[in-house]
Amino acid sequence: MSDGAPSRAEVCAVACAEVWRHAGEVMVSPFGTIPSLGARLAKLTFSPDLSLTDGDAALVVGAPPLGTAPGDLVREAAMPYRSVFDVVWSGRRHVMMMASQIDRTGNQNLSAIGDWARPRVQLVGVRGAPGNSVNHPTSYWVPDHSPRSFVEKVDVVSGVGYHRAAAAGPGATRYHDVRAVVSNLGVFDFETPDRVMRVRSVHPGVRLDEVVAATGFELVVADDVPTTRLPSDEELALLREVLDPAATRDKEVRG
Amino acid sequence: MADKRTTPEEMVAELRSGMTVGFGGWGSRRKPMAVVRAICRSDLRDLTVVSYGGPDVGLLCAAGKVRRVVCGFVTLDSIVLDPHWRAARQGGRVALTELDEGMFFAGLQAAAWRVPFLPTRAGLGSDVLVVNPELRTVRSPYTDGPFADPADAGAEFVAAPALRLDAAVVHANRADTAGNAQFLGPDRFFDELFLGAAARRFVTAERVVANGALAEEGPLGAVTVHRLLTDAVAETPGGAHFTACPPDYDRDEAFQREYAASAADPDAWAAFRRRYLDVDEDGYRAAVGEPTGGPR
Repeated sequence: MSDGAPSRAEVCAVACAEVWRHAGEVMVSPFGTIPSLGARLAKLTFSPDLSLTDGDAALVVGAPPLGTAPGDLVREAAMPYRSVFDVVWSGRRHVMMMASQIDRTGNQNLSAIGDWARPRVQLVGVRGAPGNSVNHPTSYWVPDHSPRSFVEKVDVVSGVGYHRAAAAGPGATRYHDVRAVVSNLGVFDFETPDRVMRVRSVHPGVRLDEVVAATGFELVVADDVPTTRLPSDEELALLREVLDPAATRDKEVRG
Repeated sequence: MADKRTTPEEMVAELRSGMTVGFGGWGSRRKPMAVVRAICRSDLRDLTVVSYGGPDVGLLCAAGKVRRVVCGFVTLDSIVLDPHWRAARQGGRVALTELDEGMFFAGLQAAAWRVPFLPTRAGLGSDVLVVNPELRTVRSPYTDGPFADPADAGAEFVAAPALRLDAAVVHANRADTAGNAQFLGPDRFFDELFLGAAARRFVTAERVVANGALAEEGPLGAVTVHRLLTDAVAETPGGAHFTACPPDYDRDEAFQREYAASAADPDAWAAFRRRYLDVDEDGYRAAVGEPTGGPR
């Protein structure tokens, strides 16, 4: 069952897992199928102290496979929404949110497309993105990397990027840490002198010029951009046989 | 001991057009839908709705009851975007005060504690402060002395404003005749803060028992709304339908899809309204059947 070359979805799941490699004992809150797999993979391998929720109001023991029936989960503590904010504001969390739009300095939009006052497309709302991004490490997952999702400037700043945090002052920057953006094409970060997005790695089988063409702003590109690492045999076996035997990951990222 | 029992209709009769009303629950979970439906049947209008938004927001917008919504999101959970809410926003029919959901929590807490604001980092640097120019920041006064944290000395924080409510409605699993209320599901959300933030405080419940009998229904620790927070209580079996109300019933996903589909065009909405909203609560329950989600 673990035969066959790693799929793009599997590469993405491992890239997400890497985001939590040195996170320690924090609550991971992954949004989307691939980050959910990545968080579980990290917990089962190199980050055993991560704390996962049941998707409702409790912390679970272990790293239950996707689609585990609620009755089969083993819960270790209550985590109702009031406690979630205690965790968020304490900093003991590393969230991976999705982004309808993300821009060059790491601003993210979940709120609306077009003019906020009368949007062309109303999205879910800013949710907790403003608070998350100035209180604890925040990463993003974008399963459809395109000039529509990677934009020069987001329409509504929900999650706060580096320049906006700096402009808001030390109250915003003290715990601000937009760590990584994982897309279906590559991994990106803001480890540049002026805190703009750079290509950290390109997924196997993706050409750098494809990434550049799919991005609506100028990326920082080093002379020698690495390739995102392939899953190990152990990781592939965990993904395919334990965590996601139904291959729901292939519905979020194809190929 | 006062007996605070009443009906959703009598609760709604205490509301006035233009009031600011908070609704408990979160997304499409344990929403006080019996009262929402009673508001839809009333002649109220121009309400400001304060909510961790679910179908309470979409339904009240579709029924033309809303002037402004104060929220951090509107979602139906299993259907991420409520099409009624999208239509209201994209059609420019409702005003919005969009807050970070943690800032919203701080605002309810401030109102419940009778202080004008609470400081938080949530919102700093985001467009929440741009699209709501009435929001203010506050500078930490602890620049020296034993309470000063050098890293925050002089730093600005969002002054999350007290979200004072004219009225609040929450739906509990159990309540008693005196107005204590018990949450038997995994999350009590922010319901006691909605009540604490409000001038008039309404609780509906799946079942109302005698004062003192809640300990027989479940843990006393689950009685997080005590009677000091409550003015009136109503028994509304299925009162959260079609939202989730565990352990009494799960979300009615088929009905939620029907609700979402009714946003497709005016005829679909008129048919939904005729069948489910232009009838009293008994008529509604007859139309939808008993909630059948069962314990989870």
